[in-house]
Amino acid sequence: MDGAAANGGTGSPVIEVRGLRTQFGSQVIHDGLDFQVAPGEIMGVVGGSGTGKSVLLRTIIGLNRPAAGEIVVLGRDTGGLKPAERRAMQRRWGVLFQDGALFSSLTVEQNIEVPLREHTRLGAAFRREIAGLKIALVGLPPDSANKYPAQLSGGMRKRAGLARALALDPEILFLDEPTAGLDPIGAHRFDSLVKELSEALGLSLVMVTHDLDSLHAICDRVSVLIDKRVRVGTIDELMQLPDAWIQDYFRGPRGRAALTSGGPAGPSPSAGRESEDA
Amino acid sequence: MTPEARLERHQEADCLVLALTGPWTTLTVAAQDRALASLAPNGARRVRIDLTGLEAFDTAGALLVHRTVKQLAAGGLDGDLSGGLAAQRALIDTVRAHDRDCPPPPPRRGALTTLMAHTGRATFFVFDEAVSLTNFLGHTMIVLLRALAQPRRIRLTALINQMELTGLNALPIVGLISFLIGVVLAYQGADQLAKFGAEIFTVNLVGVGVLREMGIMLTAIIVAGRSGSAFTAQIGTMKVNEEIDAMRTIGLDPMEVLVLPRVLALILVLPLLTFYADIMGLLGGAVMANWVLDISFFQFVRQFHVGVPVWSFWVGMIKAPVFAFIIAVVGCYEGFKVSMSAQSVGKRTTAAVVEAIFLVIVLDALFSIIFSILGI
Repeated sequence: MDGAAANGGTGSPVIEVRGLRTQFGSQVIHDGLDFQVAPGEIMGVVGGSGTGKSVLLRTIIGLNRPAAGEIVVLGRDTGGLKPAERRAMQRRWGVLFQDGALFSSLTVEQNIEVPLREHTRLGAAFRREIAGLKIALVGLPPDSANKYPAQLSGGMRKRAGLARALALDPEILFLDEPTAGLDPIGAHRFDSLVKELSEALGLSLVMVTHDLDSLHAICDRVSVLIDKRVRVGTIDELMQLPDAWIQDYFRGPRGRAALTSGGPAGPSPSAGRESEDA
Repeated sequence: MTPEARLERHQEADCLVLALTGPWTTLTVAAQDRALASLAPNGARRVRIDLTGLEAFDTAGALLVHRTVKQLAAGGLDGDLSGGLAAQRALIDTVRAHDRDCPPPPPRRGALTTLMAHTGRATFFVFDEAVSLTNFLGHTMIVLLRALAQPRRIRLTALINQMELTGLNALPIVGLISFLIGVVLAYQGADQLAKFGAEIFTVNLVGVGVLREMGIMLTAIIVAGRSGSAFTAQIGTMKVNEEIDAMRTIGLDPMEVLVLPRVLALILVLPLLTFYADIMGLLGGAVMANWVLDISFFQFVRQFHVGVPVWSFWVGMIKAPVFAFIIAVVGCYEGFKVSMSAQSVGKRTTAAVVEAIFLVIVLDALFSIIFSILGI
């Protein structure tokens, strides 16, 4: 919260989406969607299945082409970028895909070095040092450096994926369901890690998630995808809205459990049980 | 272009001052990494790192500052920092707090050791593979015999579907290639036989060549490449998706659901394809004979009737179901051998095609020996 309060008001938004329309064939996913992320902010993105949370994320990072609208990231319109400019943009954001999406033929350390090799002229020894630092930053044990993704647990793979996303010290980090598939303890630790890193490194974060505990614990604001658009606000603000889905989501049994346990104090035993398979 | 990180050094009494200016980020510090690594104190007692002129700063820059301080301390020099924003100092603190050495990657062995290790591993791999392929072959036989005893176990829809995929859809390519091979055989044969004035025997050459060997071999090789690889990729991807495990938990036997229809389909379809390939090959030969040698279709058929024993046809056809069985079993076997990675699907698919073609050719040689002993 401090990060957003300190930086949020001052700078222009790091991501600004205006009038976005995405569609696959005749199926319209977003229509006239507006979305903004302030510098240093942790923005959660939620919505029912099939409302296009991941599609929104993929569209912002350029994996999907929007049918209409403009997407301005770090002051540049991503629509008309030349290949060289696109590469320059890619250096300024990192993406953590679900389950890490590590390259299975490379060790963790080599995975982290891939963006460094591709985008910088750093010497091999210093690349190794940076990779070692990122491994430590995401809380992996040092001996995981030489392991292959198949030798890691799900939680460790996500951490390794996060380390790779952080390799170039991006300004924006995109996370796609970072805590899905983790046990509640692992999920809680991952949340704290993300929060810590975003403060230490001054990151802006966009996080697609289903995890109500994560939303309460680390997100400054939340965007809810409804009717092909987003409603943005803090959780308190959103709960004032009369929309049925939002009410169900935040005031349903899971929502209440996360609300009462809420925040960094850590889940109470009952809340932990509630969110076990969230 | 982008501005680079800059390093200015000057001496104040016994204190070496390093002033970092400009952006010190992952993209800009490459040159300074080398400069700082080979930093010589030149008789200074203390070192001060001045951060006042820093612009952009990230963990790569912070790591360099931290490393330099550490490196100087190891040389018995005091290093301290001056200037810099609170956030930049905090970043250096974060980096210091996470300073841990990762173990170096395991050393690479010498060429000879690697060669020996590879040879050894490959030898054991071939042996293990042979054992477990034989095991799978036996398992498939049992399932096949059980299914023949209880035909209700055969899944008709899957069987028909596989027959369409492996048989019907292969018709164009098998037909085209067989036709062309018939053309080539006739043309080359005519060229040589013409020297003896024995052009008419081109018909015998084409007939025996296509019926005994070419028809079945080409069809088997095409089917191994088309369908054997498809079996591996399909079953392998299902394995990666845990679909095979799901089947087992529901009580479906993957051998019965996946392997049986594929093996049966191929056993039924390959003889048909071979017959079709034979016809197309002969047609190619006849067209060529007609065109180049002026042997009319009527003459071709008559000479074919006289010169090519009917056993030539059966020799080719007998091999078809055996080859089909081998191709299908190898394809399915490699599919089940896929482990949880994208690489392994590719590796196993390659292995399936190579092994299937290899076994088909070895079996063909065995058949030749057997037929020659039997005097056919």
